[in-house]
Amino acid sequence: MSSARATVSKILTYSCVDGPGNRLVVFLQGCNFNCSACHNPHTIGVCNHCGDCIPACHAAALSLEDGEISFDPVACDMCDACIEACPIGANPMVRQYSIANILDLIRKHRPFLSGITVSGGEPTQQLKFISELFQAIKSEQEFSGFSCFVDSNGHLGAANWEKLLRFTDGVMLDIKGFDDSLHEELTGKSNERSLHAARILYAAGKLYELRFLLIPGKTDNDAELNRLIEFVESLGKDVRIKLNAFQHHGVKGKALDWEKMPQAGVEMAAERLRAAGIQNVVTPSVYI
Amino acid sequence: MQEITRKLHEITTDKTLSPAQKAHYLALEAENLLPYPALDAKTQQALDERVICDLYEGHAPYKPRYVLPDYSIVLKQGSEYLELPVPETLDEAINTLMIAYHHVPSVTGMPVYLGQLDELLLPFCDGVDDQELYNRIKLFWRYLDRTLPDAFMHANIGPTDNRVARTILRVDAELKQTAPNLTFFYDPQVSTEQILAIATNSIVECSKPHIANHPMHVETFDERGYGIVSCYNALPVAGGSSTLTRLSLKEVALRSKGEADFFDSVLPHYMEMNFRLAENRIDFLFNESNFFESFLVAEGWIERDRFTAMYGIYAMAEAVNVLQDKEGRAGRYGFDDLANALGHRISRVLAETVEQRPMKNVWRGHAMLHAQAGLSNDVQATPGVRIPYGTEPDPVMHIQALAPHHQYYESGISEILTLDETIKDNPEAMQQLCKGAFSCGFREFTVNVASNDLVRVTGFMVRLSDIKKFNEAKGSRTNTTALGAEAADIVNILERKPRVMSHELRPGYGQ
Repeated sequence: MSSARATVSKILTYSCVDGPGNRLVVFLQGCNFNCSACHNPHTIGVCNHCGDCIPACHAAALSLEDGEISFDPVACDMCDACIEACPIGANPMVRQYSIANILDLIRKHRPFLSGITVSGGEPTQQLKFISELFQAIKSEQEFSGFSCFVDSNGHLGAANWEKLLRFTDGVMLDIKGFDDSLHEELTGKSNERSLHAARILYAAGKLYELRFLLIPGKTDNDAELNRLIEFVESLGKDVRIKLNAFQHHGVKGKALDWEKMPQAGVEMAAERLRAAGIQNVVTPSVYI
Repeated sequence: MQEITRKLHEITTDKTLSPAQKAHYLALEAENLLPYPALDAKTQQALDERVICDLYEGHAPYKPRYVLPDYSIVLKQGSEYLELPVPETLDEAINTLMIAYHHVPSVTGMPVYLGQLDELLLPFCDGVDDQELYNRIKLFWRYLDRTLPDAFMHANIGPTDNRVARTILRVDAELKQTAPNLTFFYDPQVSTEQILAIATNSIVECSKPHIANHPMHVETFDERGYGIVSCYNALPVAGGSSTLTRLSLKEVALRSKGEADFFDSVLPHYMEMNFRLAENRIDFLFNESNFFESFLVAEGWIERDRFTAMYGIYAMAEAVNVLQDKEGRAGRYGFDDLANALGHRISRVLAETVEQRPMKNVWRGHAMLHAQAGLSNDVQATPGVRIPYGTEPDPVMHIQALAPHHQYYESGISEILTLDETIKDNPEAMQQLCKGAFSCGFREFTVNVASNDLVRVTGFMVRLSDIKKFNEAKGSRTNTTALGAEAADIVNILERKPRVMSHELRPGYGQ
């Protein structure tokens, strides 16, 4: 078996919001976008072992060993002070997983699971690991019927998508904005690749869901919604659209000064999409 | 006497109770003026200290706690005593059942079992089209909730996929009534994927039905069948349970020096006390009450020798944690492998002891172990073998931690999984959880969806809006709301933790 290892922020054995059915979700550390609105900002950075988090840990669960951060999960009481202290938005509590580790977890929880979803961070940043993991799942008889999904920002290049899709059943793709300068303001990157990824995925029949985050005054305006509708029409009106509402939970920094997206605004946007003939529009079941 | 007069006066003048509810409480008080069935000194002491308890069944058990008539008898033969002819049409069949229910006693004074309704009504459905069937079931359901307003009352359907079961699921999800409670029997060999999907979608709508692992129950009972009643008790049809006495494992653990003392001496002692308490009550019921002279026996709805004794236990979580403390181990019940293994060992010992202890006038000659879902005034004692409110791990880990207990609790074990409402967009996840739970040995699968108005409290259903109204002293039409309001005030039951709130990735390591 491959020796590829992944840097994992967290694993959930129960999730009903990361694809169809109940899923094992592997949150991989590190993202190539730097979204102000991110609700998991501690998954963006990758630890550089500076050690600034060590004094913040009152449980003495962190230390430096041979120049690298060492984390003791038994001592940790999950206060998250280290995450607050981290100067680069990383997480010193990440753990390394091999493909065999993940397969063992799947076996343990198999009767409860419809499949696995890799999320993040941006999971395609650890492309080698997820490709090999999915390939391993798809080649084993014991995992027959077990689906492999990716939750992505779409920044992965076209050639790499082609490779990954061979072992992938579906992708939840986020489009953060249609106006490119707005996209750059929100994420730090152009949206060109993400839009292209949506086309590749749709053509391959693997675009499970297109996600659009509504942020008041930024992405909920006429121009953005019209471009969303045009884009969906250019793909096909059967695309499942998930409208997400910007909230403050988990958010850090300047985006905390932005308004939260109200339910009424989300419902209005959903109505516009439906009126344009896009029938499969999903809105949040919970607003916090 | 002054004390009792004051209490009776309080009941008769209560602002929140209806006349019928007052009559019920007055009758209970009257019964309890009689002396308790004579107990030996040690049993009396255990009862006084609340190590064992009879769940306030009353001092003179003149009726079994749970009665599960075989309603197919009255539908096939009519009833001489009730002067009912054999029903021929669906209307007549439903009418016969509506009458029959009023003659079936139980601890609450209302029937706890409404029968395997699809099996009972299907023979009357030829020539009845879907719309007519829907209209009739809807009226039937409304009647049940309005005239027998007790959420302990339970209808059963399944395991086959049939018109009546589908219509009942549809009507139940539509009306969202507290009563009746509903269990769907699921058998992967017999039930279709579609009916399981309808059932799990209904859970999303109204936290009902409760889903029973049919093959597992079939193995426990006989060809006459079983029913699920009240707080998820599995009992023989054409019989029931004479009594339910329960043992507080927490109190037993507190009286032990440590693990060895618990298993070798203290647990066997108090287990015996709980057997004796049950025996005394059964003796009164069988030898003095004249209950079995009833037409229910004469006409074959029930049989005298098909009544079991439910041997209840609760507060497993506290018991394990107390023993862990006494042994100097930090691991907590529900989270730590060693603590969980200790819990499983306790369940095994309980089951073996119950199986081996002969009892007179009890179905198969011995009691049946039951993980008891709690009373509304239990304080710091978690129902059955559940993980304490507000501290449960995620639903998958919850199920995996508790699954090994289920094999031992033949007369039922209720595990309430609380799921947050994000599951509403993903009913397939509910179905997968149900299948997962059964594949690892769960007897029953019960879910609360956190935002639902209709919720299970210690095992019965109440409406949150009813609790709110009751607390504002407006009174409630349904009897269980009073219990629910008490439960909510005393045991923080509504704080049961909804899980997986919109799945924001929480940074902390661990579960």
